[in-house]
Amino acid sequence: MIFLDNLINGLSLGSIYAIIALGYTMVYGIAKMLNFAHGDVIMVGAYIAFCGLQYWGLPPVMAILVAMAVCTVLGVTIEGLAYRPLRQAASLAVLITAIGMSYLLQNLALMIWGANPKSFPRTFINSSILRVGELSISSATIITILANIVIMVALTLFTSKTKMGKAMRCVSEDRGAAELMGINVNRTISLTFAIGSALAAIAGVLLCSSYPILQPTTGSMPGIKAFTAAVFGGIGSIPGAMLGGVLLGVIEIFGKAYISTELGDAIVFAVLIVVLLVKPAGLLGKPVREKV
Amino acid sequence: MSDQMKSKHSTTRMVPVPTNSIVPERDVNAIPVLETRHLGIEFGGLKAVDDFNLTIGKTEIAGLIGPNGAGKTTVFNLLTKVYEPTTGAVLINGRDLHGLSIVQASKLGIARTFQNIRLFDKMTVEENVRIGLHNQIKYDMLSGILRLPRYWKQEKRQHEKAMELLSIFGMQDLADEEAGSLPYGAQRRLEIVRALATDPKLLLLDEPAAGMNPHETEELMENIAKIRDQFKIAILLIEHDMSLVMGVCEGICVLNFGRVIAKGTADEIQANPVVIEAYLGKKKEAAK
Amino acid sequence: MMKMSKSKRKRLIYNCVTFALVIVAFIVLQSMIANKTITRSLKGQLVPICCWVVMAVSLNLVIGISGELSLGHAGFMSVGAYTGAVVSGWLLRAFDMQDPTLRLVVAVAAGGILAGIAGTLIGIPVLRLRGDYLAIVTLAFGEIIRNLVNVLYIGTANGKLYFSFLNKELPADVTMLVDGAKGAVKIKPISTFTAGFVLIILTLIVVLNLVNSRAGRAIKACRDNRIAAESMGVNVTKYKMMAFVTAAVLAGMAGALYGLNSSTVVPTQFTFNQSINVLVFVVLGGLGNVLGSIISATLLTVLPEILRAFADYRMLVYAVVLILVMIATNNPIIRAWLTRLGNIFRHKFQRGTEKGGAAR
Repeated sequence: MIFLDNLINGLSLGSIYAIIALGYTMVYGIAKMLNFAHGDVIMVGAYIAFCGLQYWGLPPVMAILVAMAVCTVLGVTIEGLAYRPLRQAASLAVLITAIGMSYLLQNLALMIWGANPKSFPRTFINSSILRVGELSISSATIITILANIVIMVALTLFTSKTKMGKAMRCVSEDRGAAELMGINVNRTISLTFAIGSALAAIAGVLLCSSYPILQPTTGSMPGIKAFTAAVFGGIGSIPGAMLGGVLLGVIEIFGKAYISTELGDAIVFAVLIVVLLVKPAGLLGKPVREKV
Repeated sequence: MSDQMKSKHSTTRMVPVPTNSIVPERDVNAIPVLETRHLGIEFGGLKAVDDFNLTIGKTEIAGLIGPNGAGKTTVFNLLTKVYEPTTGAVLINGRDLHGLSIVQASKLGIARTFQNIRLFDKMTVEENVRIGLHNQIKYDMLSGILRLPRYWKQEKRQHEKAMELLSIFGMQDLADEEAGSLPYGAQRRLEIVRALATDPKLLLLDEPAAGMNPHETEELMENIAKIRDQFKIAILLIEHDMSLVMGVCEGICVLNFGRVIAKGTADEIQANPVVIEAYLGKKKEAAK
Repeated sequence: MMKMSKSKRKRLIYNCVTFALVIVAFIVLQSMIANKTITRSLKGQLVPICCWVVMAVSLNLVIGISGELSLGHAGFMSVGAYTGAVVSGWLLRAFDMQDPTLRLVVAVAAGGILAGIAGTLIGIPVLRLRGDYLAIVTLAFGEIIRNLVNVLYIGTANGKLYFSFLNKELPADVTMLVDGAKGAVKIKPISTFTAGFVLIILTLIVVLNLVNSRAGRAIKACRDNRIAAESMGVNVTKYKMMAFVTAAVLAGMAGALYGLNSSTVVPTQFTFNQSINVLVFVVLGGLGNVLGSIISATLLTVLPEILRAFADYRMLVYAVVLILVMIATNNPIIRAWLTRLGNIFRHKFQRGTEKGGAAR
């Protein structure tokens, strides 16, 4: 029974990782950069939703929509202001800029909302508990897993069926060729950031519904773990992000349950190192060949 | 000067060897510097190079030509172990390169330049050449940090050798410049010097004349012959400039769709109907 | 004698200025200590400043010279700090080694060695990877170290060291040296400003001499063009490893000195934020610029102490600085604009001096 309980918790946590990992994997696939600030966009999304629920008296669905809208604008703004000027620069410079952006968001949040942790309010997401025999499952768990599946299906359809989605895939394959084919690369990258950031807002709300403590650093650790998940699954691959996220969530919960609570994070990162050693392209990723 | 060169090469007698190839008569008794046997590589089912057989004599200047996309640079990448071949073998001085790394291939005496120049942009010209000398004039990390006598001695040797090599192209005065700030032609020449510094047995030049004016190309041609005579090495070059290829190469190998369609002397290649159809013929049409 | 080349002369002047600056600063501060004109807060900062300078210079070796982003530098520092604390405590209690200088030397050396081993272990798998992966794995490594020392217990009794992991299962009569989440405890502070100065000089000798040697050129070549370096017979992994492990050793030594400057060391002192702090020193001082790292590490350690009001916004300003410096130095348009601006100034300056010369 404890095993099943852990498994369900793992799937739920993994689903949150998967949704965050999507943002990383899409941006990495298309802009070829590690958006270090992605985890902090989650935190901003959670804070906006928190404000909507607590101060502005919005209904939960509205609060989530507002958070998504704010994060979308934020993501596109970050890309335009900080990353676009460095489109041709070395990856080291882009990465340092992204770290700076992550720090900026955290410290802005610290100034606006303070360092004291906020307790995320109850909504329809985490208000009820489902009992199946001896198992008791929080509604947040079920909603998180369902949301993950819906998002995954929607994104897969978007990238394979719509014109914009196909443009995204083109840019990810070969930016130069896509440009020659008349695809607006800058707009496609902006769109990727917009989608990734909107998903980050959802992930933020789901994360805080399951783990209701909200502070400026809330997003950074899940963010890093989600990146680990994206690498695990194969960076650039949408099903890979899902697989990697879910597996990592399960590994983390089981590690905490059966090995040591204190070493939970260490176990997750050890997985990352082992994966990179054995299969650097990840579970579903394709190895890339450098052009000489 | 250049007329002399041309006449000298056109008198080289090329003789057949068992591997269905030809080498200059003077090299026939030496172990060939390069021998490939049924070399091939596939990229996702596409055979980029297939059944590539080539033998290059110890002091031969050879050319590798073919239309765009024929697989010429891929051949270079196979010879230098950037890619591991799917089939066949590469032998350098009779030694099989199977399973070796790029670094090990370099140590066996194979050096190259790149089609898209790959210099160490932020380092000086001299430092670039010194990287070529990396495995020639050595000292360990500790001697470097503690500035032991060995450091001073070897640094001096490196400097002298680098200057000597730069003087081949008269580039000594540029030694202090940042490599990335050199004009295009000088960058190409520096790549050749850097490759020579590794003391190769076989030098691979990937489009050495690209972006050069006719005068520079003429000069380069003389220098290629000079390098071969001075260092007694073999040179294999990829080039689209036919005046250079026909002028300096003794044996010419024509590649099309990843396969060798002919190897012969300049005269033979120019007269070969298959080559004309695949390559020169097209050019004539384009000229019209 | 051969005429010295322009670049060689420039390098020599640069190295001399770097060493001279450190030595002069040391002499001035020492005489201030002797005259008692130094403020108490600055005096307390001297050893940490030395540690952060060493951290910045060593990280610059990885980022600026080797071109790889390491986000786990604080992890190596913590390995050094813990090792230093344990070794020093052990030597004192088990061998009754009273001489603080000798203890400090052994502890710092041990800190460097253990951090070097950690660097080797992490470097072997990681340095074959692409840059972004290296960054994230070094970050992960820093977190793993922090996790591990949180559940590490070390005690000493009767000349023996006792280790335990996860659970505190040590004999009852041990003196605790490392006590899990409480960190390294009961440290006798033995670090001195002179030791810090010596460590900086040692770091400078290692880094500057390494950079201007065969190995250093190989490291730079791997940074500028990996494939070309390999084609020239340079073993890329070996040289990336060399830079990475050297930096880890230096960071471990700095960590040992830092740890032995106070009575306790706790795991939360060496978080990801500390790695970012050092990264800011390096970026602000200029990638590959050792002198710049020294100056920025010193100023950014001293300034928040002086400008109390600034302390609240420090991190915010750091973040903005990181972004702006990166965009200004890497955006082609802005860089061209800055170069032009620089040329105008230089031009005016040169004309000014020419006029002055003519007037004379």
